[in-house]
Amino acid sequence: MVNLNVNIGSLQLANPVLTASGTFGYGEEFSDFIDLDRLGGYIVKGTTLEPREGNDYPRMVETPSGMLNAVGLQNKGVDYFIENIYPRISKYRSRMIVNVSGAKIDDYVEVCRRLAPLEHVSAVEINISCPNVKQGGMAFGTTCEGAADVTRAVRAAFPGTVIVKLSPNVTDIASIAKAVEAEGADAVSLINTLMGMAIDVEKRRPYLSTVTGGLSGAAVRPVAVRMVWQVAKAVSIPVVGLGGIMNGRDAMEFILAGATAVEIGTANFIDPAVTVKVVDYMEEYCRRHGVADIKELIGALDV
Amino acid sequence: MPKKYIMNMVIVSNEAIHHNYSLLKLRPNGGEALPEILPGQFVQVKIDNSPSTFLRRPISVNYVDYSSNELWLLVRRAGEGTAHLMEAAAGSVIDVLLPLGRGFSMPSEAVDGRTYLLVGGGVGVAPLLYFGSCMKKAGIEPEFLLAARSKDDLLQLDEFKSLGRVYISTDDGSMGEHGLITQNSVLDRGDIAAIYCCGPMPMMKAVAAKARSIGAECEVSLENVMACGLGACLCCVEKTVKGNVCVCTEGPVFNINQLTW
Repeated sequence: MVNLNVNIGSLQLANPVLTASGTFGYGEEFSDFIDLDRLGGYIVKGTTLEPREGNDYPRMVETPSGMLNAVGLQNKGVDYFIENIYPRISKYRSRMIVNVSGAKIDDYVEVCRRLAPLEHVSAVEINISCPNVKQGGMAFGTTCEGAADVTRAVRAAFPGTVIVKLSPNVTDIASIAKAVEAEGADAVSLINTLMGMAIDVEKRRPYLSTVTGGLSGAAVRPVAVRMVWQVAKAVSIPVVGLGGIMNGRDAMEFILAGATAVEIGTANFIDPAVTVKVVDYMEEYCRRHGVADIKELIGALDV
Repeated sequence: MPKKYIMNMVIVSNEAIHHNYSLLKLRPNGGEALPEILPGQFVQVKIDNSPSTFLRRPISVNYVDYSSNELWLLVRRAGEGTAHLMEAAAGSVIDVLLPLGRGFSMPSEAVDGRTYLLVGGGVGVAPLLYFGSCMKKAGIEPEFLLAARSKDDLLQLDEFKSLGRVYISTDDGSMGEHGLITQNSVLDRGDIAAIYCCGPMPMMKAVAAKARSIGAECEVSLENVMACGLGACLCCVEKTVKGNVCVCTEGPVFNINQLTW
């Protein structure tokens, strides 16, 4: 029997597989395809204080081995989430983690304060890395001071596990990770999407209404693995790795690079059952490598 | 919402019915029965071994033959993904996500003097074949208004004729009436109760305007660019009177009164 349990701060996960915010709705969209309770946890769509309509269409374009999106944090706001969605999805035993976004620090604090009493919200993931809205938090995520300020404020407002989601659109991601660790983050997750752009050359127009968007999918994986490896060496809190994981093999790259858990994102769009396949692969991988506990493989990279 | 499935389906046949269109007939590879599929719903097809194709391709349901357990897809050559699908060999197996979205509203009953007109342009005719057949089974005679560049570009004409009266508009006048679909005289007949439309966006907008001017109900099937098809990614949104909604779950079929056109 292989032990796949991992801990993110005080948060215990049955296995290292989570879903990336914005790619898995509220989980229930995928319940026809998988048993949600087989996941370590699921991270629900980015939630803001006020409802947001998001950006104009077109919001997505396919790119080589990936896609650009510019959804712009469309969501119905934290109160709608608490009243209408939370009661429905609380039945899942899998850990519920809410991704939180904001334009200013007070917004993050207020959303976290409203989520704090909810028994089934195991953790918040603080998005300081959305590249698609002017005030989407990336301004916070691209400087050590900004990242530290948000983390400090959220830490004081939310007693549960705080994961801070980092932007790859920076020169030195490890220094930002250290800054949020110093302010009491329980973990960091990385990477959010890489800012990109694609042009329809016949029309001489950008494909996205916002001109630029966030790149995700297999194309970003080597960048993500590198950043996870750098950050895992720089901090002592757990690292949650994501970026272009398409299958179990890809997920193991992140574990070996130093991630304690992984998030599956864009791959859910192509195979809605991919997450449970990654769980199965991890177990099979451990057995094949004679490893009784997946924790032995975290950062077990031979360089 | 009815249950959705990821199904491995075998390509029973793949027939090029035009240089830009193929008709794929699929059957569940494991021999399981097709789930109930409503007219106007769509599927998401995974395209393997096409390096430039990353996401699934949304394709509307052209026809469902429950007696032979076959799902028909009319595929238009839109890019490399669809081109790859058009070249797929009979006997090969593809991964299909189905059934997705909300389809057309079935009229509740046949009423004398009220015509239900199914209006399609280009590959937009695809979902109308299945919708027309379901209407006919429900005892309501559908009529069709189909448009194409020329008579050689009209798709599945014999199949449509077997279901009801067919009116035609062509850009070059080589068949039916010469001119735009919205200029077709059938639209001014005075008995059109409802129009169900699928085709290029400018055509659908023009048909919607025409429907309003003649006082007909109107539903249109949108083709917004999609990633997941499940309402998770929020990429395919359309502006509606309720704000931005996912075309993949709230649509693809919308009553024009829900849209901001």
